[in-house]
Amino acid sequence: MAGSGEARTALPPSLAANPRLGDWLRVLPGGVVEVRSGKVELGQGVLTALAQVAAEELDVDVARVRMFAAVTGISPDEGTTAGSLSIQHSGAALRVACAEARAIYLGVAAGRWDMPVGALTVQDGTIAAQDGRTTSYWELADDRLLDRPATGLAEPKAVPDYRIVGTSVPRVDLPDKLAPRPRFVHDMALDGMLYGRVIRPPSRGATLLDVRAEPAMGAARRRDRRARREFPWRDHRTGGGGAARRRPAARGREVAGRARNCPMRTICRPSSPPRPPRPASWPNPPLPPVRRRRRPRASHEATYHRPYLAHAAMGPSTATALASTAPVSTAPASTALASTASAGDEAGVRLEVWTHSQGVYPLRRELARALKLTEDQVRVRHVEGAGCYGHNAADDAAMDAALLALAVPGRPVQVVWSRADELGWEPYGPAAVVRVAADVDARGDVLSWQHEIWGNGHVTRPGFGRSIGLLAASHRDGGEPIEPAAEPPLERGGGAGRNAVPGYAFPAYRVMNHRLSVMPLRTSSLRSLGGFVNVFAIESFMDELAAAAGRDPVEYRLAQLADPRGRAVIEAVVRQSGWADWSPAGSSRSVGHGIGYARYKNSSAYCAVVAEVEAVTEVRVRRLTIAVDGRPGDQPRRCREPGRGRRDPGDQLDAEGTRAFRPLYRDQRHLGQLSDPAVL
Amino acid sequence: MPDTDPMRVTVLVNGRREEVRTERDTALLYVLRNHLGLTGTRFGCGLGLCGACLVLIDDRPAYSCDTPMWAVEDRDVTTVEGLGVSGRPHPAAQAIIDGQAAQCGYCISGVVISAAGLLAVNDAPSEDEVRAALDRNLCRCGAQNRIVRAVLAAASSLRASRDSG
Repeated sequence: MAGSGEARTALPPSLAANPRLGDWLRVLPGGVVEVRSGKVELGQGVLTALAQVAAEELDVDVARVRMFAAVTGISPDEGTTAGSLSIQHSGAALRVACAEARAIYLGVAAGRWDMPVGALTVQDGTIAAQDGRTTSYWELADDRLLDRPATGLAEPKAVPDYRIVGTSVPRVDLPDKLAPRPRFVHDMALDGMLYGRVIRPPSRGATLLDVRAEPAMGAARRRDRRARREFPWRDHRTGGGGAARRRPAARGREVAGRARNCPMRTICRPSSPPRPPRPASWPNPPLPPVRRRRRPRASHEATYHRPYLAHAAMGPSTATALASTAPVSTAPASTALASTASAGDEAGVRLEVWTHSQGVYPLRRELARALKLTEDQVRVRHVEGAGCYGHNAADDAAMDAALLALAVPGRPVQVVWSRADELGWEPYGPAAVVRVAADVDARGDVLSWQHEIWGNGHVTRPGFGRSIGLLAASHRDGGEPIEPAAEPPLERGGGAGRNAVPGYAFPAYRVMNHRLSVMPLRTSSLRSLGGFVNVFAIESFMDELAAAAGRDPVEYRLAQLADPRGRAVIEAVVRQSGWADWSPAGSSRSVGHGIGYARYKNSSAYCAVVAEVEAVTEVRVRRLTIAVDGRPGDQPRRCREPGRGRRDPGDQLDAEGTRAFRPLYRDQRHLGQLSDPAVL
Repeated sequence: MPDTDPMRVTVLVNGRREEVRTERDTALLYVLRNHLGLTGTRFGCGLGLCGACLVLIDDRPAYSCDTPMWAVEDRDVTTVEGLGVSGRPHPAAQAIIDGQAAQCGYCISGVVISAAGLLAVNDAPSEDEVRAALDRNLCRCGAQNRIVRAVLAAASSLRASRDSG
């Protein structure tokens, strides 16, 4: 091992939870490093970014790194891929694990040649001694070398020594997607695969009494000699009608239909009309006065809101499942399947699920809970889906597929939600109302600030609540409704309260979150959770206050912002956008510009944006200038995890990479319908 | 009454004559993906709104999710798989890889089809013409500007190869 007596690096949390080095990487004799992460590719490019981290620490070319999609029982358990934490969590773990793997392989070579490790160098996996002798990881490849827990004794590279991290490397997933080769979960075609559909009431608050599938399924039935079977299926191979032998587990309210888009009449009874959400404190609870150091000259107040937001993924939520009585297909050699004997094994059922869920392990736990199986009976495999911006219906589709697969053991079943399924039942980003009020002094600077939020919670992911967070589980007879989300603590990023604490150096502030406990729509995590409505409110209100004081919005912000990194991104964006000299093209009064600033979660990257906006018959963003400071000290690459979202500088961020600052320019003009009516 | 009798429909897909046993009102998209295994064409919204399922029908981009089989009988359908020339991706696809002009990539087959449809009739499009041609393609991740730059790059590489060839 390198440098005995060196200080031990504290293991990053993901590595501490999954300490076996061999769980993170394998060196293959063919010149390939197989790298595993518990984080999954959601279209954000994380596999590429993690490959860079591994390549950097191992001193191999990125092209030698083969990323392995997360699978329960094989990959490290890193929970959910969410919260812009993948580089922070998985990147940090891989950094230490790969540095240690490098040191172990160097130690083997050094032992062989009887020379100190410090005399060896590594270039693209080739280990060289000063006397000219060489070997390589590939020659020395041996899984036993990494079959040990991480110690934290190998020092990862210092940031200034980075050669791969912080550069732009091509995305590992794009060639398949452009070729195109099947890569999405929707492209799976297993032998004998059936297509299933779950019929639900058209909306929350309705109870499904009956389904009139005629005439949609009539034709299929007539053709199908097995017409007596109640639930015809679409057979993938022939296009003809197959049939499920047994009634699916979900009785009554859910039946499997023949094809996704068959018109079906659903006979529903509305339940009691949904109660409008009314917290006890609505509309404005009296707030105790904030302590003031100076006498306020004026008070201001404004209210902002956002509607419920559909996830509106480009592709439908989809999953494939296979139930069998035989053991789930075994893992590659080095991986240990968890012990098998358990109560549920009496049934001998094994369930394998292919999903684009954000978390294979949380989904496995929830499926096992919902289906009364042991976790060992369930294997969940990640397969990429369409871009994911938060909690979508991937987990629900997985539960649907699992239920149907259990009804037809031995036949894989694919479930593809329809757009109507998505808009009716997917988790929505919660609506919110935000009221901001401030007292200001004679110059207009803030003396006290109050920020109040009314809205539903944001995190009803599987595994986050007491009730089972899977739609079909809630619809089954005896199933419990999915509970409204709790509010995670601010230290963990918060939910509705994310970014509600002002980043400015106000003498006094108060933030109140009025959590609505009635959930008219199913709500969960979308994009930055409460972050964007809170930032929108804060920054809009800062503009109101600056205007009321007759001051420049940039000067007004800088006057009250103490954080030097925050000031720096504002100063950078102001410089790069030509804020001071800006004038609208021509003499148009329909064009204006403005600035916004935030530090994500009050703990992550800093960002300032200058927007040039035109408002004629519609509001158009003509140009965005964005400055980002994503250097978190130990992990400058976190910023490379591209932002997700169409108003997002991810466009440049993931293409250009970033070291400390990189002011970015972007003409964001309409390409197609940027205003998806389903979204805003 | 829609004709739902099973029957064989003949369609030309990527230059090959394909006979498919299906209902006449089955959407072309399902035949491409499920019967012919051409999964490059994506199911997006299923409503003719997002552009993920675009194919060329007689060289013009069309939504395959709401095009019934009877409408393409004996017509020439080109999917994204059929765009490449001698094993190499279409210049637009190559330019998208070169420019890393995709984020999740779910929309990108449809984008390549729109670009190919444009470049077939206009090998020197302006940026506005590219944006107009891609107007039917939604990208929810935010790769639009990179995509526009890639299509413009594809146009110039097409012109260059033509000039040199």
